[in-house]
Amino acid sequence: MARTRTATTAPERPREGSANPEAQTSQETPATQRRRAERARGSQPSMFGGLSGSRKNVLDLDDFSKEEIEHILQSADGMNEVLSRNVRKTPTLRGKTILTLFFENSTRTRVSFEQAGKVLGADVINVSASASSVAKGESLLNTVRTLEAMKIDVLVMRHPHSGAPYFVASKIDAAVVNAGDGTHAHPTQSLLDLYTMRRHLGDIAGKKVAIIGDLHFSRVARSDVWGLRKMGAEVRVCGPPTLLPYGLRPGTEKPDSAAFTGIKVVDRVEETLEGADVVMALRIQRERQDSGNLPDLREYSKLYGINADRLALANPGALLMHPGPMNEGIEISSEVAHGAQAVIEEQVSNGVAIRMAVLYLLCPRSATRD
Amino acid sequence: MTRVFVSQGPGGLENQGRLIMSAEQLRRALVRISHEILERNERPVAVIGMQTRGVDLAHRIADLIDSIENSETDFGTLDPRLYRDDLGGADKPVQPSQISFAIDGRPVVLVDDVLYTGRTIRAALDALLDFGRPSSIQLAVLVDRGHRELPIRADYVGKNVPTARGEDVRVLLEEVDGSDGVALVRRNEAPADSGGKA
Repeated sequence: MARTRTATTAPERPREGSANPEAQTSQETPATQRRRAERARGSQPSMFGGLSGSRKNVLDLDDFSKEEIEHILQSADGMNEVLSRNVRKTPTLRGKTILTLFFENSTRTRVSFEQAGKVLGADVINVSASASSVAKGESLLNTVRTLEAMKIDVLVMRHPHSGAPYFVASKIDAAVVNAGDGTHAHPTQSLLDLYTMRRHLGDIAGKKVAIIGDLHFSRVARSDVWGLRKMGAEVRVCGPPTLLPYGLRPGTEKPDSAAFTGIKVVDRVEETLEGADVVMALRIQRERQDSGNLPDLREYSKLYGINADRLALANPGALLMHPGPMNEGIEISSEVAHGAQAVIEEQVSNGVAIRMAVLYLLCPRSATRD
Repeated sequence: MTRVFVSQGPGGLENQGRLIMSAEQLRRALVRISHEILERNERPVAVIGMQTRGVDLAHRIADLIDSIENSETDFGTLDPRLYRDDLGGADKPVQPSQISFAIDGRPVVLVDDVLYTGRTIRAALDALLDFGRPSSIQLAVLVDRGHRELPIRADYVGKNVPTARGEDVRVLLEEVDGSDGVALVRRNEAPADSGGKA
């Protein structure tokens, strides 16, 4: 009864003068201004519908719209807030099972997905190929079918062969997240790179991003270029001619991937770095260098390694990024890798928030809504 | 029947609706709620708004309390979506919850625009309790439209509006929509989650 009475109480009479909205906004108290500032910090109203549950897999950024990327980057802000709490746990994905299946070694990506899933309340199972029946010769298809038979909602997979997650996604019902496939794509790394850039530089559109190193074998670079181009950044790349992808390599015409169309190749590393807002050094992937594309690491370091002198050519306050793990002293000098401009550890922290946002969007939703 | 223009909501709601609260009525309701909050609480309350329009309403209520009492009311924001039972609302980015003060041992007023099934409030209670242990949690809503599915009630109500499930209550606020008002719109075969507030 008390409730009804509350609701039907006659509204207070407006006082003359102070009643109009202008009077309220003009006399802003310090507390009001503080509130306004507090709200402006994190929350931006969304201008678009978002993913609306249509996306099943995250395999590369080529099929993402700018709005979808923006959606994930904005969600990551909310996820970062959860990670900053004393108790880092929400019940969001309670009862969901996330399985990480890694056919290649990994520290940060695997742990980051595991942490992301666990903070959101999901159960996370980790399988590494070397310790599974894959070592007994089970095929990829039979392995994932076996795993899916145990009820999983999201399969996070890394595989040394480009395209493997696409094959798996076409065969199973669970959502598939590509955590790196061969030399092809690493979409969540690209998203966390975009997120890290945006946190420091604001809008990415028009920013100059210099990517230096082994672009031929780098799945990170491929996905990064997709993401950066969609967000409107200006991408410049530089690397040894033998480590440039087909199409960018001198004497080749046909690009091996649509990812690298519309970017600028610069011969000299110094020229690439001039005026850059972001400097990204790629890892020399020694496990993929059997074909003799890279004759000498010392020569590479001398010609393309990022050191303090070279970093000074970029814009003051330019971000230094690296997807990790670093070969310090080869593609990046220890001095700058741990210097003031490096955001390499922050990339790792942001990776957890980005992966939380991705898992949150992919986990199947129940039909009942209100 | 007064017709108002309703700004384009998600899911293609009809652009025409029946006005159930004018800007002036909305303002008066918030003034009354602010007085009621002060009347019922001897100790200073913290006001926490729920994304998205609850945040703007909470902001206004905190301002009104300050102007009445010459105080500095603590204000925070909460996004309860990570605590929902249906993973609903993922079509909008999750916002950071910003509660930069301790809520332990003090009264907290949660503010939302529309109270419907009560499921969002249930989620918000869980979310809030992850931040601390308030001495009490009270609920203020601009519109109570009925159809509760959980045993949840509001302590402060701007207006009770009997509705049908096929209708949506659209709260328009100057901060988001350009003008104040509340309209009742008939759902146009839109998806069940479009704009329907719980």
